[in-house]
Amino acid sequence: MDSSGRFVARHVATLPKSGIRDFFAIVSKMKDAVSLGIGEPDFVTPYHIREAAIASLEKGRTSYTDNRGTQQFREEISRYVARNYGPEYDPETEILGTIGVSEALDILLRAVLNPGDKVLYHEPCYVSYAPSVTLCHAEAIPIRTVSADQFALDPAALRAAWQPGCKLLVLNFPTNPTGGTADRAKLEAIAKFAIEKDLLVASDEIYSELTFEGDHVSIASLPGMRERTVFLHGFSKAFAMTGFRIGYACGPAAVIDGMLKVHQYGIMCAPIMSQEAAVEALRNGRDSMLHMRDKYRERRDFIVRRFNELGLKCHLPRGAFYAFPDITSTGMDSMTFAQKLLEQQKVAMVPGTAFGAAGAGFCRASFSTSYERIHEAGERIARFLDSLPGR
Amino acid sequence: MNSVLKLILDGEALDTAQIGRILGLGAEAVDRELAALRQQGVLLGMRPVLNPGFESEHRVRAVIEIKVRTEGVGGFDAIAERISAFEQVESCYLMSGGYDLLVVVTADNLYKVAGFVHERLARIDGVQGTSTHFFLRAYKKDGFVVTADGAGRDRPSVSP
Repeated sequence: MDSSGRFVARHVATLPKSGIRDFFAIVSKMKDAVSLGIGEPDFVTPYHIREAAIASLEKGRTSYTDNRGTQQFREEISRYVARNYGPEYDPETEILGTIGVSEALDILLRAVLNPGDKVLYHEPCYVSYAPSVTLCHAEAIPIRTVSADQFALDPAALRAAWQPGCKLLVLNFPTNPTGGTADRAKLEAIAKFAIEKDLLVASDEIYSELTFEGDHVSIASLPGMRERTVFLHGFSKAFAMTGFRIGYACGPAAVIDGMLKVHQYGIMCAPIMSQEAAVEALRNGRDSMLHMRDKYRERRDFIVRRFNELGLKCHLPRGAFYAFPDITSTGMDSMTFAQKLLEQQKVAMVPGTAFGAAGAGFCRASFSTSYERIHEAGERIARFLDSLPGR
Repeated sequence: MNSVLKLILDGEALDTAQIGRILGLGAEAVDRELAALRQQGVLLGMRPVLNPGFESEHRVRAVIEIKVRTEGVGGFDAIAERISAFEQVESCYLMSGGYDLLVVVTADNLYKVAGFVHERLARIDGVQGTSTHFFLRAYKKDGFVVTADGAGRDRPSVSP
């Protein structure tokens, strides 16, 4: 019998497993399941980007790079961020290439948090935020966002959640799993509060190119925010490059320097072929990105309309590629709904509670899949709802 | 672009009822739209795209480059229309460059293609010369990669 569990640290042993894991285990064994549970683009990386990685290998570029990433990579990031988001970052001191936003956020937390520090973040949110904070021996403080606000962060709720000891605010707009965005007015109010309370802001903008309504605004571009914001971004969603595991952080030099220490001891550097593919994406990927965004928008319109037709109230997500329908009209909780739907009709949706307690009563449905599958899922969900008593 | 047409061109196998539901139209409205597109000559037809390896064991496909003389025979259009009328001809294009017409033909075997070239094409007034190339293997057809070996196969069915 394996008794090695006694070696596992308390704060790791008590960390709950991701609610998504159990679902993955069931769905992966089902032959004809229709999955709306996929949190990554269904497009293959555009060929010109893949080709840049192939060319990198052909040229024998297989070495380590500067810990921060190649000069060329950082210069392209600097240009791209200035052009599309506003703030200008120095490639020498203010930009760090990472293994996706996941690593960027992890090393940021480890670089800035002392044990017992508090971190504000809005829920429902990406599954790793709170556990990553816990792993730093710090305390994660959720701020609830609600469907009536289209899951935008209400500055009043932020103020109410704040408590002494809060050091960092994590933002993610557009949001996984809700598609929530924050307009300029809301961000200005959030920025004002961050300045008032001297908060550092981590802004995960991985879905920013996939904004369907209005223009994306980065909080880093607002007055007084560049010096207290770490802008986190990557290539997985906009350029369909999840497997390349490549991202970056831009921020004030001292914070980036702290992150660099954690990065250089833990990771060394991002893979060079991924960095070279990313350079190609930054230089020439816009057309492919816009094509994919248009497809996501069309599928969003269909899936949201379908959920509402079926009586599962669903707001129109303003970004990302997830619909987040309210399933409370069925009388079930998120987990029961998702489990029964999977058992009876073999459709996989992720229970909203996997993204925090604020996701209760909702399920996440990714529309990063073909029309054919979304259509089939709609038919099966209709049959499932028809089979429920009292409907 | 017309929304029905756009969806069809995406290449997903959707019937008119599915297209109707996706676009928020009835199936009848989609049928009407398709009929109108046909009538306008926009939509010539719809065929499945088969993997050439499964089309038929004995079919062969060839591309024929044709040089033509246009004087006294009614110009390129007249010759091209005549050639296009043969049922063996899949497609026919007027080209720039070293030859004038590019014709794709299919037949049951190599000899039938050869027969088509010397008995039919070569006898058409205005055809000065032909150069025939047989297709050996398809790697991509009508936008579909034929040899794809499981792109996305390892993608997890549920992920955060």
